[in-house]
Amino acid sequence: MTDVTTGGAGAFSHRLDFSTTEAKNRIRARYRSEGRFRSYGMIALGVTALFVVVLIGDIIVRGVPAFTEHVARIDVPLKAEAFVGSDGKVSELSIRGADYFPVTRDALTAIIPGLSRANERTLARLLSSGAADDLRSRLVADPTLIGKTVSAPLLLSDDADIYLKYASTAITERPARGAATPSDTSGEITILTSANDFADEVVAVKASLEQRASGLSREAERLRRIGGAQVTERLADLDKQVAELREKNNAPSSEITLDDKVASVLVSIAGGIVKLSKLSNSAVTGDVLIPLSSSAEAAPGSWKIVRYATPESNRKVTDVEVTLLERLRSLGKVENQFAWRFLTTGDSREPELAGIRGALVGTAFTLFVTLLLSLPIGVLAAVYLEEFAPKNWITEIIEVNINNLAAVPSIVFGLLGLAVFLNFFDLPRSAPLVGGLVLALLVLPTIIIASRAALKSVPPSIKEAALGVGASHQQAVFHHVVPPAMPGIMTGTIIGMAHALGETAPLLMIGMVAFIVDVPGTLTSAATVLPVQIYLWSDLPEAAFKAKTAGLIIVLLAFLFLMNGAAIWLRRRFERRW
Amino acid sequence: MDMSMQKTLPQSSKPVLDASAPPKIKARKVNVYYGEKRAIQDLDVDIPRNAVTAFIGPSGCGKSTFLRCINRMNDTISICRVTGDITIDDGNIYDRSLDVVQLRARVGMVFQKPNPFPKSIYENVAYGPRIHGLSRSKAELDEIVETSLEKAGLLKEVKDRLQESGTGLSGGQQQRLCIARAIAVGPEVILMDEPCSALDPIATAKVEELIDELRKNFTIVIVTHSMQQAARVSQKTAFFHLGTLVEFGDTPQIFTNPSDKRTQDYITGRFG
Repeated sequence: MTDVTTGGAGAFSHRLDFSTTEAKNRIRARYRSEGRFRSYGMIALGVTALFVVVLIGDIIVRGVPAFTEHVARIDVPLKAEAFVGSDGKVSELSIRGADYFPVTRDALTAIIPGLSRANERTLARLLSSGAADDLRSRLVADPTLIGKTVSAPLLLSDDADIYLKYASTAITERPARGAATPSDTSGEITILTSANDFADEVVAVKASLEQRASGLSREAERLRRIGGAQVTERLADLDKQVAELREKNNAPSSEITLDDKVASVLVSIAGGIVKLSKLSNSAVTGDVLIPLSSSAEAAPGSWKIVRYATPESNRKVTDVEVTLLERLRSLGKVENQFAWRFLTTGDSREPELAGIRGALVGTAFTLFVTLLLSLPIGVLAAVYLEEFAPKNWITEIIEVNINNLAAVPSIVFGLLGLAVFLNFFDLPRSAPLVGGLVLALLVLPTIIIASRAALKSVPPSIKEAALGVGASHQQAVFHHVVPPAMPGIMTGTIIGMAHALGETAPLLMIGMVAFIVDVPGTLTSAATVLPVQIYLWSDLPEAAFKAKTAGLIIVLLAFLFLMNGAAIWLRRRFERRW
Repeated sequence: MDMSMQKTLPQSSKPVLDASAPPKIKARKVNVYYGEKRAIQDLDVDIPRNAVTAFIGPSGCGKSTFLRCINRMNDTISICRVTGDITIDDGNIYDRSLDVVQLRARVGMVFQKPNPFPKSIYENVAYGPRIHGLSRSKAELDEIVETSLEKAGLLKEVKDRLQESGTGLSGGQQQRLCIARAIAVGPEVILMDEPCSALDPIATAKVEELIDELRKNFTIVIVTHSMQQAARVSQKTAFFHLGTLVEFGDTPQIFTNPSDKRTQDYITGRFG
């Protein structure tokens, strides 16, 4: 661009000139600042994405195991005697009332025969207390199966399930070099080997004992430094323990006794498993967990030394349980199947049997009541305030209060529900009806505000046209102002519902926090809702409930995503050009 | 300038204004206040039936305000106050016992910016007759819709797409749809507030032709900024200025030989 032109009528003294150094610097500064702004945006997006990925990823990783369960699929012989009732006949009552524990126990012990009585009991307790429920319903539906043998999936207990999912201990196996000679096939036996096969184990155990000893002596040192009366007693105890350990380690006879605080060592030989109690380089003593098929000499390489790396005292499953489960698994009897019961059964104290159906139905009922109350009242209130209310100070006060109510903490609505609905009106506690009433109050301001915005956005020319054709005010509003505003009203309603779906505090106040096993049948039966169920489960001690809680959070989040997705879809679908 | 306007005046083949018939709308001592501000001052006017009366005047002179008084659309504005008498066929429209909804069915309105309902073309026209119970069956309603669209000169263009949205038509078509909607209710009076100001010249010509046809059966009052349009389309013209009716008379006379100087100044373009 050329410089200022002089002369001619209306010479302009300040034309744009982008070629000066000042101008160029300004332009560069502007580019820099815009670039900075863009990068701030990118960084913010990146951080957010990271948080979302980490959060959702964590929940998914934790929660997905809740949707699968381990079962032992074995053949269960159904002997008729077990199902005969007091009248000597087989009926539905007798089938339902039969004791399934012996039936399942016998089926299991048939898979791993020859166990001691104690170990048989342990094997039977690997099953869940509700393992036979499916079998029971199958028999009720088809009593002709009695007398036959059926292949049934028996649900495993929560501890067994956790072991199988998360491998509570690392198991290492080592084929042995020497030939082993067991002294017997069951009970307490000794095994002699031709090579010093157990030398490594002895060394490892000694090392861990030494580690424990030094740990204890470090603590002793620390306490000595602190000093004091109570300390002396503890000190004496510690010193004794350290001395014992060191003595054991350095004992001339190189035989080590294993306890539950060191890694467990077992021998897998001739189809059986022996848990070792005493170790020396080439001779060991132990208890037979699973009987051997013969006490003949086992050739080198045909038997293995097994190590459970995590000491028994650090695990929830004992060595016997681990051994039995691994045996079941190696026999191919353990299956990991999709846990439909998570979605179809009610709550339970047993983690493996607990499901969310009660909470799902409770939530559905509660949200139904909420919708039924809040939608008509909210929309009509908005229509009244927007179109029919006279513009005086009473209306002003109402509007201000509605906006305030939208910001009130939700627990206050719970207290209101407690005081009014439960105490004054004497409605049943913990019922979806009351929960719905409380949530409707919570959601009403949101719906009213969103509906008013939607009504305001309808061009006034439409209403004028309707009036011009001779419609009354009421006809003009309901025929021509409300229908175009429906998409906005619906979006506001769905957002309100999604908000209500996740509310916990007000429902705690009205008592929806009890342990409810039955799936609620009516609006006045006791129920709980999904977020409260999360709260309840997260408090329970059993380890299996951690995964269940995360699984429930996944279900709740899926619901929320669905509802908000529906809101967005509706908004897009009904957007019009005026 | 006066000659050119005379050339565009309607020819004598059209029905002539019957001066002996009683006026359709009578206004006596009408004052309109917006809050404290007086928008119309002591207005007296007689609007003839079956003719087109044009209201002209500069912006803010009160012509649209008075137009909206005739079908009481000013009731929707809370600060607006009307005093005086306006009668249609000797019935006072501000009478307390009068149902304003019925009044608005008798006095239709077409607005400046076309505002069809965001519904189908059929629904737009059928809404009025339906709420006033003008038809007893679907077939009757269909007939009313077709007739109204025909009279509005729109039927040929939309015959095959009555279920399509009314907002999908062009501006001129939308305005004719609004006219069809207004006449479907069978009013006696049609008020038009600058109906062609948002339209292109061809659409304007079509609407003016339509107005000329309609005056056989309706009393039409049209507010317009275009003096040429007023000259083309109306039989009587009222000139408003600063809230008062300055002059009212036969259109040819107003445009060729106005009696008031203010009228003269306006039509010669000295102001407004």
